[in-house]
Amino acid sequence: MFSALLKRELMVARRNWIGIVIPLFFFVMVVSLFPFGVSPEAPTLQKIAPGIIWVAALLATLLSLEQFYRSDYQDGSLEQTLLIAGPTQVASAKILAHWLLTGLPLVIISPLLGILMQINHGFTDSTHTWVLMLSLLLGTPTLCLIGAIGMSLALAANRNGMLVAILVLPLYVPILIFGTSTVTASLENFSYNGQLAILAALLMIALVVSPFAAGRALKISVS
Amino acid sequence: MASRWRWFHQLGSPKWFFEKSSKWLPWIWAGTLILLGIGLYYSLWASPIEARQGQGHTVRIMYIHVPAAALSMVGYVIMAIASIIGLVWKMKVAFAASRAIAPIGAAMTFIALFTGAVWGKPTWGTWWEWDARLTSELLLLFLYLGFIALHSSFAERAKADKAASVLAIVGVINVPIIYFSVKWWNTLHQGYSVTQKGALAPEFQVPLFIMIGAFYLMFIGLVIMRLRVEILMREQKSRWVAEWAAGQNGHK
Repeated sequence: MFSALLKRELMVARRNWIGIVIPLFFFVMVVSLFPFGVSPEAPTLQKIAPGIIWVAALLATLLSLEQFYRSDYQDGSLEQTLLIAGPTQVASAKILAHWLLTGLPLVIISPLLGILMQINHGFTDSTHTWVLMLSLLLGTPTLCLIGAIGMSLALAANRNGMLVAILVLPLYVPILIFGTSTVTASLENFSYNGQLAILAALLMIALVVSPFAAGRALKISVS
Repeated sequence: MASRWRWFHQLGSPKWFFEKSSKWLPWIWAGTLILLGIGLYYSLWASPIEARQGQGHTVRIMYIHVPAAALSMVGYVIMAIASIIGLVWKMKVAFAASRAIAPIGAAMTFIALFTGAVWGKPTWGTWWEWDARLTSELLLLFLYLGFIALHSSFAERAKADKAASVLAIVGVINVPIIYFSVKWWNTLHQGYSVTQKGALAPEFQVPLFIMIGAFYLMFIGLVIMRLRVEILMREQKSRWVAEWAAGQNGHK
């Protein structure tokens, strides 16, 4: 059942592929604004790089939420899927599809942003790029999981877009803190295992709580 | 067994609560006024000023700041508990209560932040510091505002109740996470803590406890008043509300 739901989500997304690509463009464009806005010098960019890349990833995840939920809700197919499968399952399929099509691509193109933000400036190897990718790999699933709760709650509301951001952003703060501090610790030659472990722990908590909560929220929205 | 839980079922009846709470309110307000009177006298006039840290009279801000901060957090927890009760037992009064608490809790959070800033300027030399407590208090304010925003965005009240309740519960899981993450984040950069407390001398402690008691009673009183309005709005089509309204008009 779960794989059928997931397959459906992926198929819908493939037919609307431009909606998947736009958050990635957004991710790259937002990051590339900062050299213009702050300073194009490598040491400055390197210093702000972890925060900028992480904030951009967070906003890109937030932006892409809409298309995985909104149209399904509006054309009634969400109600139909909830009739044939449990709410937790439906929510899990949506969350996994969202991460596969937004979170994972963000992780994959993050080295490009590392280069744009001069993250390896002054170093001979590319350790920091790997650390950045690893932190995003552990952090973006949590972003998708928490975002799913906010999005599902806001589905039936009159306002959209901004409302989801207001609900979800305070909950994103811990992930942002530890995601950024992982990369910063690596740049300052400190150990970053602790921060990665906390990112993983947050992911575990979100994995337990979020599919259930998002499922309840979907149920409330269509009731 | 049944009788032990009777109070719980009675609380679930809007009518019962509305009638009973009108008898509680005078006592609660009387208690609030007495405690506030004593507490304000001691805290603003009779208590000594803090000489050791050179704070002078600014230490008196503490007697407003600490109770407001305590209630901002307690209020959120109560809101979340009410949300759980509402979702699990489908209790109308619980949903109304969580809606009634939100703005008051947000106001308490704002008072705590504002008085903290005013107190911070003379003592630390800055209005704002990205310290663990300040930051988590700010995020708490955002959580309250998110709850209010979500609740006000629905046309149907039943849906708004349930959706906002889920958010309140998710938020309360996040409050300790936010608190500790911000704390660790902060200590990664700066080694000092500005909110470190020594043991409070009794001449500060007693008025502070009186003020905390006064704030608790005031909070309960305000919540009950908002809750009564909330109940009237939700039950406006039922007969007892019509009868009550007729009685109110008859008095005039």
